Amino acid sequence: MTVTESRDPLEAQIEQWRAYLRRRQAVHPVDVEELEDHLRGQVAALVAAGLSPDEAFLIAVKRMGALDAISNEFAREHSERLWKQLVVAPDISGEPSSKARSEMLVVFTLALIAAVAVKLPTLFGLDFSEGEDLPFYIRNFSFFVLPLLTGYFVWKRGLSRRTWGWLALAFAAAVLFANVYPSEESSTLSDTEALTALHLPIALWLAVGIAYAGGRWGQTAGRMDFVRFSGELFIYYVLIGLGGGVLIAFTIGMFAAIGVDAEWVVQDWLLPCGMLGAVMVGSWLVEAKQGVIENMAPVLTRLFTAPFAVTILVFLATLVWTGRAIDIERDVLIAFDLLLLLVLGLLLYSISARDPEAPPGAFDLVLVLLLISALIADMVALANIAARISEFGFTPNRVAALGENVILLVNLGWSAALYLRFLRGTNSFSRIERWQTGYLPVYSIWAAIVVIAFPPLFGYG
Amino acid sequence: MDINKDLVAASATPLILAIIAEGDTYGYAILKRVSELSGGELQWTDGMLYPVLHRLERQGYIEGNWGSSESGRRRKYYRITKQGQAQLTEQREQWQMVDTALRNIWLAMSLPAGSITPIPQKD
Repeated sequence: MTVTESRDPLEAQIEQWRAYLRRRQAVHPVDVEELEDHLRGQVAALVAAGLSPDEAFLIAVKRMGALDAISNEFAREHSERLWKQLVVAPDISGEPSSKARSEMLVVFTLALIAAVAVKLPTLFGLDFSEGEDLPFYIRNFSFFVLPLLTGYFVWKRGLSRRTWGWLALAFAAAVLFANVYPSEESSTLSDTEALTALHLPIALWLAVGIAYAGGRWGQTAGRMDFVRFSGELFIYYVLIGLGGGVLIAFTIGMFAAIGVDAEWVVQDWLLPCGMLGAVMVGSWLVEAKQGVIENMAPVLTRLFTAPFAVTILVFLATLVWTGRAIDIERDVLIAFDLLLLLVLGLLLYSISARDPEAPPGAFDLVLVLLLISALIADMVALANIAARISEFGFTPNRVAALGENVILLVNLGWSAALYLRFLRGTNSFSRIERWQTGYLPVYSIWAAIVVIAFPPLFGYG
Repeated sequence: MDINKDLVAASATPLILAIIAEGDTYGYAILKRVSELSGGELQWTDGMLYPVLHRLERQGYIEGNWGSSESGRRRKYYRITKQGQAQLTEQREQWQMVDTALRNIWLAMSLPAGSITPIPQKD
């Protein structure tokens, strides 16, 4: 057979077949080439036997077998390839490798920009190793990386100019609200400043989500993908952080061994630059490994749902048995906020990994148990606090914590009701999914209220 | 006739090794040879040959080299290694044993009943 580079229909068909095969992660380009040689041999033989090229191609493809089955066989033989995917992902997947390479370049450039950005204010005389400038950094740390992360997704998903504009506007407004309110010249943060620093990333995470989902923010599936992304990013971030900790320990230790103090390098450079750059790198890793390895968040959820349910139940039983009241002197409200947040996380990641079509199972029962016990524990705490809340006075911290508690309580309460109805078979699982994804903006809106309205409400204290 | 899947899978390794032992060859030619040898009865899904070839390569029984086909296109040729030769000999002995046993029983079955004494069953 002679190779013709002209675009005859057979070449076009082979081209298409090759592109389709290349999308399989376990089949390397070099294997594709080998298979293509085979296909061409088969086609040539069939044509020689008197078939038309079209017919020959169809039969050759059919004889080659189902691509799914073939790529499964390749995956079984080359299981290591699925792991290598993590590092060299783009090369093996179907995307043209130039695009994948440019994505890697974009991500690492953005990580670098984030790392440089955090040092940029130093040029203007702001230094976070000095106490007075610390509040500035804490208020603004979201802005060193979240706009870049949003930009990455805007670029990757090819968002429209209009969405682009809205997101930019949101960030501009956030910068404004974080910095226009009068702030005392001191090295400690005021209460409202601390609240702003804590709530700003939550509010802006919505912008990241809209960019991440591309045009799919309006759909349950798009938002659920973002929930998955957030969980995976968190896990990756913790892992990168662990690695970074080892690096830092070695840096300090090794230089201490030769009598050189390296702590300032760690504090001024390694730690801040690494913390921000890692957000970008972590996000890229989550993007790159999508669908290759089973996601971690649902696995951890499966492991910890039952232990948490048991702990809360035992706690409730002890509460009743001993007749003790919850000690409300401490910041118990925040502790219960965190508990509800954790339960929400367990619920979200169970939902994200669950097959909506599957019938209720034992795990669902445990989850409902966890939901209900957490709700009861929280309501006991709330009842204790409500009785004496006027005594404490309304500080910004308490109002923020109370608001969050109510928001989470409403979410989990309705989730529990929907879940019970699902267990009884009166509604489908997708109702719970829709409720959760629909609720996502509420967190960000409340966070925005805390950032925007609390400082003037509480006299910038 | 459809040949049992397990049987096809089991016979694939010795068949491929033996065909490569005949002389350096490549994927499509191996399948053509299989079809020739079995009179077209032994049909594999073409794509499934390659993972098997790669496994044999990883095990060190064969080695693959990229050359070029008569048309100038890149083509991967396979050659049997010393280890592969040894493996082939071993497989051959095993298959011959199975073959002998089967031949004997086919022969016994074709004889009239009672002409051979079956091994007595224990109660």
